[in-house]
Amino acid sequence: MPKQITVYSTTTCPYCIRVKQFLRDNKIAYKDIDVSSDQQAADEMVKKSGQMGVPVLDIEGEIIVGFDREKITKALGL
Amino acid sequence: MIYDLIIIGAGPAGITAAIYAARKKMNFILISRDIGGQTAWSGDIENYTGYQFVSGPELVAKFEEHLRKFEINLKENEAVTELSKSGNIIKVKTGQAQYQAKALIIASGKRSRELNIPGEKEYKNLGLTYCATCDGPLFQGKDVAVIGGGNSALDAALQLVKICSRVNIINISPELTGDPVMIDTLKESPNATVFNSSAVKRINGDKFVKAIEIDFQGKPMTLAVSGIFVEIGLIPNSDFASLVKRNEAGEIMVDARNNTSVEGIFSAGDVTDVPEKQIIIAAGEGSKALLSAFRYLISHKF
Repeated sequence: MPKQITVYSTTTCPYCIRVKQFLRDNKIAYKDIDVSSDQQAADEMVKKSGQMGVPVLDIEGEIIVGFDREKITKALGL
Repeated sequence: MIYDLIIIGAGPAGITAAIYAARKKMNFILISRDIGGQTAWSGDIENYTGYQFVSGPELVAKFEEHLRKFEINLKENEAVTELSKSGNIIKVKTGQAQYQAKALIIASGKRSRELNIPGEKEYKNLGLTYCATCDGPLFQGKDVAVIGGGNSALDAALQLVKICSRVNIINISPELTGDPVMIDTLKESPNATVFNSSAVKRINGDKFVKAIEIDFQGKPMTLAVSGIFVEIGLIPNSDFASLVKRNEAGEIMVDARNNTSVEGIFSAGDVTDVPEKQIIIAAGEGSKALLSAFRYLISHKF
């Protein structure tokens, strides 16, 4: 069963682009939320992660801030 | 494994060097924390030849597309911690591994200078950021402050006036020092206020940033803001490079052929003392450094 993954990002942030590229390279499906055009999602991201930096990944409830390849790899069991 | 060459950094200088190296079929690796370096954080770029207008992330995407046309051995997300040289072999240590090569190009660029005031560390990513391009959209409709008065501060401010309700520019100098074109555009923005001759004293808040205390021309003042964008210049990423000679600013000293003080080690782009820091200059310096490294390897018949 594939894991539920949400990526909170803005269209302009380079690490957001990289994190999504990384997921695509590993053929991992994710829900892409642009917090710059969705204020409610932005609030949700801040609440979940307790901070305001993007990107934020929600991997089945595990919150990872930034393009932290090691943590992401671990959380996904890659 | 001893490589021909190691390139540190994947900004305009490092990527250009890598493209030249790949075309010369050199056996090399590219080590970098990220792709694009400062270019990735830039807003609008209107002075890169061939592009009348391009955004930083778009230009980086073009750089990367060009880079990935080749089979590149890229060590991404790795930071170099130490350099050493024994005989003709240069050793590069990162947080994860150690690599060896006959030649090295350091193109590690620059990073944002920090304010060093109370509240800065505590509120990092809790309203305080060093990247308007990335985090700006999270402050839609809010009051924010931009710290700085040069081009990067103006670039940030001009991005933010489009989405924030009020943008306060806190500038330590008596006048803004960026390009006149940008200053004029900012002056036409009804929601921008410039505080000249003003120093930042402290950042306050609860869980997130709530206010910034400044010294406005000798008078203490508090501005209620939920976002603070620090744009007060840059420092070179040369901490690991004590092996080569650096100037007082920490920049790696190079000659016109990108040689450093150590034979076989070359450097290019913003991390060096090259006059003028521009994307196009960094790219040009990257190609020069690679050609010098190539000549070095050929002439020494390693």
